Amino acid sequence: MSNAAISAKGLIVNKGKQCILNQLDFIVKPGTVTGLIGPSGSGKTTLMRSIIGVQKYKGELQVLGKAAGHKGLRRSIGYVTQSPAVYLDLTVEQNLRYFATLVRSDKMDVKHVIDTVHLTNQRKQIVGSLSGGQMARVSLAVALLGRPELLVLDEPTVGLDPVLRNELWDLFTELAAQGRTLLISSHVMDEAARCENLLLLRDGKLLWRDSQKKLLAATKKREVGDAFITMIHAAERAEKMKVGKQ
Amino acid sequence: MYHVHATVGTMLRILRQLSHDHRTVAMIFLVPIILLSLLRWMFDENLMVFNLLAPALLGVFPFVIMFIITSVTTLRERTGGTMERLMAMPIGRLDLVLGYMLAFGLLAVVQAVLASAVLLWGLGLEIEGPAWFLVTMAVSDALLGTALGIFVSAFARTEFQAIQFMPALILPQFLLGGLILPLDRMPAALEITAYFLPLTYAIHALQTVVSNVDITGEAWRDLFVVLGFAVAAIVFGALTLRRRTR
Repeated sequence: MSNAAISAKGLIVNKGKQCILNQLDFIVKPGTVTGLIGPSGSGKTTLMRSIIGVQKYKGELQVLGKAAGHKGLRRSIGYVTQSPAVYLDLTVEQNLRYFATLVRSDKMDVKHVIDTVHLTNQRKQIVGSLSGGQMARVSLAVALLGRPELLVLDEPTVGLDPVLRNELWDLFTELAAQGRTLLISSHVMDEAARCENLLLLRDGKLLWRDSQKKLLAATKKREVGDAFITMIHAAERAEKMKVGKQ
Repeated sequence: MYHVHATVGTMLRILRQLSHDHRTVAMIFLVPIILLSLLRWMFDENLMVFNLLAPALLGVFPFVIMFIITSVTTLRERTGGTMERLMAMPIGRLDLVLGYMLAFGLLAVVQAVLASAVLLWGLGLEIEGPAWFLVTMAVSDALLGTALGIFVSAFARTEFQAIQFMPALILPQFLLGGLILPLDRMPAALEITAYFLPLTYAIHALQTVVSNVDITGEAWRDLFVVLGFAVAAIVFGALTLRRRTR
């Protein structure tokens, strides 16, 4: 058992002729919140799908000590997709009961996760009749069922109001404090500021894979957003130099 | 062993989804009955023709309706993101397909029993053979429609495509099945083709039970061929579910 929750070595994903993830090397430490940040189309979702085991990849990708996609991992990973992957024609409670059956958790757990995402009053409502933010929270509640060791959350706070978003980030921090590992993608910079570690992805390549503190120190910036822009500009300059030499 | 749990859980979840959609359930049960009643009315002056057509159509209507409903529902699961979530969770591919099969199979049984009962006692269909075989055959056809619907949904990317599999795959079987023109009066190539299509056997069995007091060996063969096609469609349906995408 290595001391990384996720570790990648030369991770490659190609779709057709396009290279989506290009030789990624990184580790995610257990019990931390790691932010996966990058412009849209940079490969964030593909990386998350590889980790949860629904995307084929080349190279090495270890998740909780097993190769990503291993059958035994399905019980240990909670996954939230970008669009709420829940049944719109069922109530909140019915949705959670179904997924709870699959991960073999009980009614208490269902009640607990509904409370956690603040949907107690909506639990008897049909999901299709909820607001976008509420739907996103149903989807998050599903991922929390069965207390998975690793949570992979693809833009879990999209469409939520600032108060609720703040509460959820408090929850994420708390879950990490309990020893669980969270990988959260986002393109909101104040959310990136709440992550201990950061992976900055651009065009399928990692521009940064270390702690936030080191990033700010390395770029001599005070805001994560500015630090990223600095990193991206540096990468663009490097690319231009390369083209210029050729 | 999570398989039984997952299968039964999936069945209950689908039935719950349908319980929120009264109109669909009503249509599943009523449409075949209305169509058969219409046929009876059409041939009010010529009951000989009604006696010839009605049993075969008892096999065709539930087959077609269950095919459309299952193919669209399964496709919705694929496009709605819930399929991807399930594939990252502890549930076998066959568990999911069997859950679908059980839920829609249950509806198919009720539908076929209702339609057979109306046909025999409401519309006065006269058959020489046993009523239970007529009902069994109708149920088997509905199950076959369910299984094929799950299977072909793998080849549709949109709901428009899924719906068009009905005219593309079901109508040719209806045309060649021996109801419109007896098999031996068709061109040789078409007659041979017809023997590879499951609906041919369904129509043959239902026509046999009208004119034969005992269940003939051929009728038993027909029943097993129809069920065999259904089992094959379930297995291939499970195989075409991709846990990991390229």
